[in-house]
Amino acid sequence: MKILTTVKRVTDPDMKVRIQPDQSGIVTEGVEYKMNSFDEYGVEEAITLKEAHGGEVVVVSIGPGAATKELRTAMAMGADRAILVETDADLDSDAVARVLAEVVGREEPDVIIMGKQAVDSDRSQTPQILGSYLNWPQATFAYKVEIEDGWAVVGREVDGGTATKRIKLPGIISADLRLNEPRYASLPGIMKAKRKPLETLTPDDLGVDIAPKVKVLNYEAPEERGAGEMVDDVDDLINRLKDEARVI
Amino acid sequence: MSPKKPEGCAFLIGEVGSEEILTPEDFTEDQRMFAQTAKDFMDREVFPHVEDLEKGDFDKLVELLKKAGEIGLLMIDIPEKYGGLQVDKTTSMIVTEYLSKYSGWATTYGAHTGIGLWPLLFFGTHEQKEKWFPKLATAEVIAAYALTEPGSGSDALAAKTKAELTEDGEHYILNGSKMWITNAGFADLFTVFAQVEGDKFTAFLVEGDREGVSTGAEEKKMGLKGSSTRQLNLENVKIPVGNLLGEVGKGHKVAFNILNMGRFKLGVGTLGGGKRTLKVAVQYALDRVQFKQPIANFGAIRSKLAQMATQLYCLESMCYRVAGYMDQSMDHLDSAADDYPEMVMKAIEEFAVEDSIMKVVGSEVMDFVADEAVQIHGGYGFSAEYEVERIYRDSRINRIFEGTNEINRMLIPGMILKRTMKGQLNLFETIQKVEMSLAKSEAPTPPPQGDDPSLEFERFMTEEAKKLVVYCANQAIQKHMADLREQQEILMDLADMIIQLYSMDSTVGRTLKLVDTQGYDSTEVHRAATLIGLSESFQIIRNRGERLLYNLAEGDKLNAHLEAFEKLTFFPRIDVISLRRIVADAVVERENYPF
Ligand SMILES: Cc1cc2nc3c(=O)[nH]c(=O)nc-3n(C[C@H](O)[C@H](O)[C@H](O)COP(=O)(O)OP(=O)(O)OC[C@H]3O[C@@H](n4cnc5c(N)ncnc54)[C@H](O)[C@@H]3O)c2cc1C
Repeated sequence: MKILTTVKRVTDPDMKVRIQPDQSGIVTEGVEYKMNSFDEYGVEEAITLKEAHGGEVVVVSIGPGAATKELRTAMAMGADRAILVETDADLDSDAVARVLAEVVGREEPDVIIMGKQAVDSDRSQTPQILGSYLNWPQATFAYKVEIEDGWAVVGREVDGGTATKRIKLPGIISADLRLNEPRYASLPGIMKAKRKPLETLTPDDLGVDIAPKVKVLNYEAPEERGAGEMVDDVDDLINRLKDEARVI
Repeated sequence: MSPKKPEGCAFLIGEVGSEEILTPEDFTEDQRMFAQTAKDFMDREVFPHVEDLEKGDFDKLVELLKKAGEIGLLMIDIPEKYGGLQVDKTTSMIVTEYLSKYSGWATTYGAHTGIGLWPLLFFGTHEQKEKWFPKLATAEVIAAYALTEPGSGSDALAAKTKAELTEDGEHYILNGSKMWITNAGFADLFTVFAQVEGDKFTAFLVEGDREGVSTGAEEKKMGLKGSSTRQLNLENVKIPVGNLLGEVGKGHKVAFNILNMGRFKLGVGTLGGGKRTLKVAVQYALDRVQFKQPIANFGAIRSKLAQMATQLYCLESMCYRVAGYMDQSMDHLDSAADDYPEMVMKAIEEFAVEDSIMKVVGSEVMDFVADEAVQIHGGYGFSAEYEVERIYRDSRINRIFEGTNEINRMLIPGMILKRTMKGQLNLFETIQKVEMSLAKSEAPTPPPQGDDPSLEFERFMTEEAKKLVVYCANQAIQKHMADLREQQEILMDLADMIIQLYSMDSTVGRTLKLVDTQGYDSTEVHRAATLIGLSESFQIIRNRGERLLYNLAEGDKLNAHLEAFEKLTFFPRIDVISLRRIVADAVVERENYPF
């Protein structure tokens, strides 16, 4: 079974995000980057499926040259080879999906596993858009995946509970938090990953025009959190919630 | 990197910035990946269990070591030949930095992979390595290093533990006790130092399950409660001669070389601990409201944050500079050669002065940062509910172990003296520069500050400091000659001067490189920290220099010294207050170490 999985290089969520003075984007100077955490679940699931069913895991990223670090991290975890579609442009989800559709056309995987969203832009669109371009069935927000006889049985997180969906492969699965516990990029794994193949392409090579259809007009920082206050006892708390905050 | 083989104490001779130095900005993709794995390990495995570890749950600690083994964190220094990774020193130190953000774990990990494993790495036979390395890599066997005794700490060679060869020449019988042994509560393999035939100081490998090996109760410590420290008792412990480590009578070589490397590792460890502490402190300062605003708004607090960040920036510049030098000098070695470990040790020994400097600076910066972090927390910093309370207690030991800071301070000028006498260090060029300056009739005029990508002012200041340090060292040597070793007060002051000079030289070297690669404008905070560091180092150098000269001479001779001193120095008019505001803004904005 050939499994295609995707990773995005995102700003480390542990770091404080700062907005450019002209609100055009975030300050990137001195910022650390890492693999999008939902993609870690996706990569883990891809590797687990390969371990169970055999085959190959191909990991793809679309982004700057430095994203080789995130691709190598995926290979250190156990992916077999990587493809970087290199671009420094700002991308919308649609452009990413169209680039991926071309990669899928070349690679012809049996299943695509992606993070359900990126923790930087938080859009949660790419897997779904890709599904429509490929005309493939999709199961989003997976917490459980089983593959049997050319079908994937996917347990999904839905509002207020879970649902199970069975999709015919090839298909697209997007990973949610409870899906698994991603393994570490072990140190021996990192050394091995150095010798695994990493192919670099450009959107041009794939014939995709990545000009965005969606443009972000400006970024603003959330309002500063107000100071906390200590209350004397529970009664005081209840009164204050009633009278001052008016929430109960 | 310059192709020249780097030499120890280069900062006393060469001009600042003349040699390219390794800086954290140069870390490779692989090194950043190693760092990420170490960081993930801390966040996922260690930090969630700190409370239990602090209560002395050492089963958990052992479990963490095994888990670290599974992802390769214990095999970093083990040669490939024995199933390890044997990565470069820089990578090894980056991992150490990240794993040092909680001291209980850092000490445990450090004792196992550092002072526990290195004796075997550098002095073990092929059979010993083959037997132990695979098990040390997985933590199936946990290592410890037993040098200190109840009666011998700093004076380690005065150990009383005895090892007697049995009549058949097949075994040694060990008797004695060792004090303060990290990991003793669960270690399986101890490097033990003992006297053979009375005074032949020798290293042995002693398995924890041998008959006659026992440990005392856990020590009740001020800090590092998340690590095991016990006495180790050896009562007629019979070990085969194959457990001898290195040669009989050469134990001091093992002990001192391992301590050297331990000092380097400790320096980098305090850097990791210090960065964590700064982060905790700035986040608290942003949360805590007094007088209707976060205390992070107050200049008194901001200047503390700036000072913490600045000192860590200087420490970081020193640490990775040496890591880079070590890798450079090992680059051309053949890792498959039989004498490889010995060559590596030589390369490391070359930087023994720098190692001691990093140990002293690291432990003192860490204490400073911990102290200010408590101060920023006010009364809450005194409460065990807050992380800084533990950090403060944990920090204190760093100035004591791996050679007390007094011992290390005395080693610094001592080793420089020795290197000079042996012809390994040629201070001649610098002394010549000093004489040239003295021959002039006036004190030097400093170049203008600011708006200068070549950082001429910063370089000038460093060069002036260099002359001052070498002048005073030279006077001390002239006056006391070989007896200088007995003049501890003088040695301590000289050590301070040398330490500060190394800090200046490393920090300017790094910032110079950064301005070159990242541009002048985008390095404003780096430049501000550099100038603050320079200003403070320079003051310490002046202060110690004056103190020395008042002691070294009197009357006309003193007058002559002071005249010379004035020619070699100047008042750098650095507006530290404004510069601190720049650094503080960066710390507060990022809520973290800003470099
Ligand atoms: C938590 C902890 C863990 C440790 N782990 C280990 C371990 O794993 N393995 C191990 O072998 N040891 C370990 N040690 C021991 C540690 O290395 C020693 O405590 C240290 O070397 C100092 O020795 P001492 O305590 O006997 O102090 P002393 O040597 O008695 O020193 C007392 C004071 O006198 C000063 N002094 C001593 N000699 C001189 C001198 N010649 N000139 C001027 N001043 C001097 C010292 O600087 C110090 O201020 C550990 C200690 C602790 C507390």
